[in-house]
Amino acid sequence: MSAVLEIRSLNKSFGGIKATDDLSLSVEQGELHAIIGPNGAGKTTLISQLSGMQTPDSGAIRFRGRDITRMAAHKRAHLGITRSFQITSLIMQMSVLDNIALAVQAGEGHSFRFIRAARRVAALRDRAMALLERVGLADKADFPTVALSHGEHRNMEIAIALASNAELMLLDEPMAGLGTEESAQMVDLLRGIKGQQSILLIEHDMDAVFALADRISVLVYGHIIATGTPGEIRSNEAVQHAYLGEE
Amino acid sequence: MPNMTRRGWITVIVMALLAVLPPVFYLTGNAFYLDLATRLAILGIAAVSLNLVLGYGGLVSFGHAAFVGLGAYAVGIPAYHWLYYSTGDWAVSGLAQIPLAVGVTALFALLTGLVCLRTRGVYFIMITMAFAQMVYYLIVSIEEYGGDDGLVIDTRSELPLISLDDPLQLYGLAYVSLVIAMLLVRMIVNSRFGMVLQGAKGNEERMVTLGFNVYAYRLVAYVISGAMCGYAGALLGNFTTFISPEMMDWSRSGELMFMVILGGTATTIGPVLGAVVFIVIEEVLSSFTIYWHLPFGLMLMAVVLFARGGLTGLLSRTKGGKE
Repeated sequence: MSAVLEIRSLNKSFGGIKATDDLSLSVEQGELHAIIGPNGAGKTTLISQLSGMQTPDSGAIRFRGRDITRMAAHKRAHLGITRSFQITSLIMQMSVLDNIALAVQAGEGHSFRFIRAARRVAALRDRAMALLERVGLADKADFPTVALSHGEHRNMEIAIALASNAELMLLDEPMAGLGTEESAQMVDLLRGIKGQQSILLIEHDMDAVFALADRISVLVYGHIIATGTPGEIRSNEAVQHAYLGEE
Repeated sequence: MPNMTRRGWITVIVMALLAVLPPVFYLTGNAFYLDLATRLAILGIAAVSLNLVLGYGGLVSFGHAAFVGLGAYAVGIPAYHWLYYSTGDWAVSGLAQIPLAVGVTALFALLTGLVCLRTRGVYFIMITMAFAQMVYYLIVSIEEYGGDDGLVIDTRSELPLISLDDPLQLYGLAYVSLVIAMLLVRMIVNSRFGMVLQGAKGNEERMVTLGFNVYAYRLVAYVISGAMCGYAGALLGNFTTFISPEMMDWSRSGELMFMVILGGTATTIGPVLGAVVFIVIEEVLSSFTIYWHLPFGLMLMAVVLFARGGLTGLLSRTKGGKE
């Protein structure tokens, strides 16, 4: 196995608070690597640095051996990194299908095309429909995005992440705010994706994490205190003390 | 057209009325109304192009009057040189002046857009206004071209086939230009480029994460919008035959914004409806009081507060029906 993503000694502070503290981890090819940690452990800050929305103070991020520490966010997307948001980040005014079609369009080279109506480009629409079918939203394709439920929005996030065929998916709490049944569906959905793409999953839902992850890293105050298989993490004393004990 | 939306019908009806009524008024001895309609059509082009960035792009430009003014000066200055310095006849040819107007404004949009689009929200509003005011004061400072007092355009742009000295033909050009501008913006916003522009308005962070260089797309939209306004300016210069820095005053930019917001942002007909209402109110109210801006302002507030889709939204609202 070779590492798709490698993070070395990453640091990021906001004022006096160290959100990321000498953080190192790797995501192997095809692996689903989960990061767990209490609220405020710096999970979302980490994802933001990986996707390029924030710049680390020091340290290095390598994607397929290439240094991307300071690369612009939109260029990382072209390299093959996609991200879903913890707080649903969709284009609410547009239809469900338009949202996904834009994600498909993003992977098809530049969009400085002015003549043909985008909604008439079959290649975009068909692939977007196929993705909606995969996440179970095909019948809502023409709905305005704002009219869908929270759970459906989460599924749209996954469809968008899938649209890019990205090598690495950064999933920021895909289960956030989902009910038990919806969570179970999401786990099934992610299990179907797992193996085809490398995934860095940040998640609060312990059942989901232990059901899905190949490896788990535990993040506390911006620092990783343990990395291992679900079994190893479950029996790790430091982890139990810092985190699992609270549950 | 069996499944045309109500908004589609409004568009067709308004444009048909604009095609027929002003020439009829003119031919029946009411030249004044043709004048109003010409001004309406030209301001309509400017409002339609502002709508591309404001309505569809979510970029509230408070400096679009500068493009209009520059476009007008691109007609006026060559004409001035032709008159007083015997510059060649090309200087009064529309085939030189109009490309000049479009080129100058596109360049101005590119250079200022490079800076303005680095900012967001209220800062964008302020910086676009600041650039427009810079042009305003630049023109004021050039004594040669009349400075504060402006410049009379002695000779209108000479074009093949048509004569802009004939009010009817000038209106024809303005009207056809308006229709083309509307179709052009419509085509752009529905294209892949337009989807990116609208997506960035709805959720910039998402679009960047998808891999779109939002800045570049917005810049291109800004340049297109500016150049179209420049073209409107060239027509305006030909219409008024008098140009002055006052055309670029920030309140003029505000009026263009009024038209777009009043008529309904991100719609094809909205900016034109806004221009219609603006022209009518200006004419009617200004004959009663010089403080006509006050009721106009109140009306705008009412639209913003109670009819978020502008007039287009109000008119195309049906009971539970589609827009």
